[in-house]
Amino acid sequence: MGFFATGLGTAVLLIGQSLLIVAFVMISLLFLVYGDRKIWAAVQMRRGPNVVGPFGLLQTVADALKYVVKEIVVPAGVDRPVFFLAPLLSFVLAILAWAVLPFSPGWVLADINVAILFVFAASSLEVYGVIMGGWASNSKYAFLGSLRSAAQMISYEVSLGLIIIGVILSTGSLSFGAIVAAQDTVYGLFGWYWLPHLPMVVLFFISALAETNRPPFDLPEAESELVAGFMVEYSSTPYLLFMAGEYIAIFLMCALITLLFFGGWLSPIPGIPDGVLWMVAKMWVWFFMFAMVKAIVPRYRYDQLMRIGWKVFLPMSLAWVVLVAFLAKFEILGHFWARYAMGG
Amino acid sequence: MTVADLAFYAFSTVTVAAALMVTLSRNPVHSVLWLILTFLSAAGLFVLLGAEFVAMLLIIVYVGAVAVLFLFVVMMLDVDFAELKSEMAKYMPIGLLVAVILLIQLAFGLGAWVSADGAMGLHQAPTPDATQIDNTRALGLLLYDKYLYLFQLSGLILLVAMIGAIVLTLRHRRDIKRQNVLHQMWRDPAKALEMVDVKPGQGL
Repeated sequence: MGFFATGLGTAVLLIGQSLLIVAFVMISLLFLVYGDRKIWAAVQMRRGPNVVGPFGLLQTVADALKYVVKEIVVPAGVDRPVFFLAPLLSFVLAILAWAVLPFSPGWVLADINVAILFVFAASSLEVYGVIMGGWASNSKYAFLGSLRSAAQMISYEVSLGLIIIGVILSTGSLSFGAIVAAQDTVYGLFGWYWLPHLPMVVLFFISALAETNRPPFDLPEAESELVAGFMVEYSSTPYLLFMAGEYIAIFLMCALITLLFFGGWLSPIPGIPDGVLWMVAKMWVWFFMFAMVKAIVPRYRYDQLMRIGWKVFLPMSLAWVVLVAFLAKFEILGHFWARYAMGG
Repeated sequence: MTVADLAFYAFSTVTVAAALMVTLSRNPVHSVLWLILTFLSAAGLFVLLGAEFVAMLLIIVYVGAVAVLFLFVVMMLDVDFAELKSEMAKYMPIGLLVAVILLIQLAFGLGAWVSADGAMGLHQAPTPDATQIDNTRALGLLLYDKYLYLFQLSGLILLVAMIGAIVLTLRHRRDIKRQNVLHQMWRDPAKALEMVDVKPGQGL
């Protein structure tokens, strides 16, 4: 272990850990896209991808290869640096937030004490990929599409932030480790935050759908009527990066819901050991929910989307923050909301 | 040189270079993008100083929200660069004059600056010791406990400004059709739809 204490050893260790996380995210990505299509197909009584590999498992690999070997079409009059920076930015920022996500106690690349703000900052930067992509394309459709998406992402970020503040108030800390530790009670899954913060779980899930541009809020793309919004001029690998960034952001939201409301790596039944498998399993359950929503809910109209963001979700989450502050301060129902007072 | 030193030089070089590019780049959208890079590297400097909460707020508030609004406005503007350049040459002397006056005023101000005896000591210990308390908690104690009334007062000023802006710009037009969302939501297919059995060749 002497080598890992030296400067070079630390660098090697950090790079190794980073690669491990990127590998986890990329391998998950392959099966996320496959799972999404399979679930969607099952709801519509189709078979979905079933040709490449056993059960079509390698379909995503084939698709990725196809994207990479295609020609990159650059329309006339584009702002070249910004045009290529935009997909890179979306992809890199989507991966960046995973640096502070813990999978198990100590299983985290950077255990910083403002971890939750870091994730929020990284996801608030993702809007730049959209704006830059739409503007640099030098096309009216792409530009209007990017304005539409940016307005949507900013609107729902506000209520996401307020919901997170409620959880932070209960825990008294901004670190994921402390948030999960605060949910570790003798009651198993009834000790997790989904019970004290029940209305906000629903709001968080819906806001996450809108934030990641998933159906029923996929106004940015809306391939059938709005010609794929800001991505309309992208092809080949840049398009692949946009798509990959979007799926990674969705999986990140699954991880956030798991950590904030469903106990992270804690096991639901007391007595069964906790561990990283619980964390990954819960993330996949939430991804299943994302895929089901895509399959069964019709698309919203843009004015309806803005209305529920600003006139329904924002006041509700703001009121909830005030309410939780009082419930936690005066320790209503003991430590139900005031987890920080348990001595944890 | 430690890693922190290296990181400091990297972040500060990027900050200065990006800030220069904000003013030098010809395209206003590029300027805003450089400005965002400046914000991000300034946030990196805050992290190096041990103020990670301020750094994250800088990114979330300024980069995630304010700069997006900048970008919106700048992208929507139809700027004619040739006209802009000719105008700039015309206003150059006045601009220079204003800059020189400002510089002289700054020099006067800084030259007459006298700090109180205990000021430097207070500067060095504005918050509780960083090793005992993390800076999120320290800031919270200062803002919400020690200076609560000042903090609430500044919030009130912002609220007044916001209400003022709304009052100045809001106008209720009566000559347009508005949608009533609740009315739309409570619409009932049984009342809105009528099923008609159309006979072939007869029409309605």
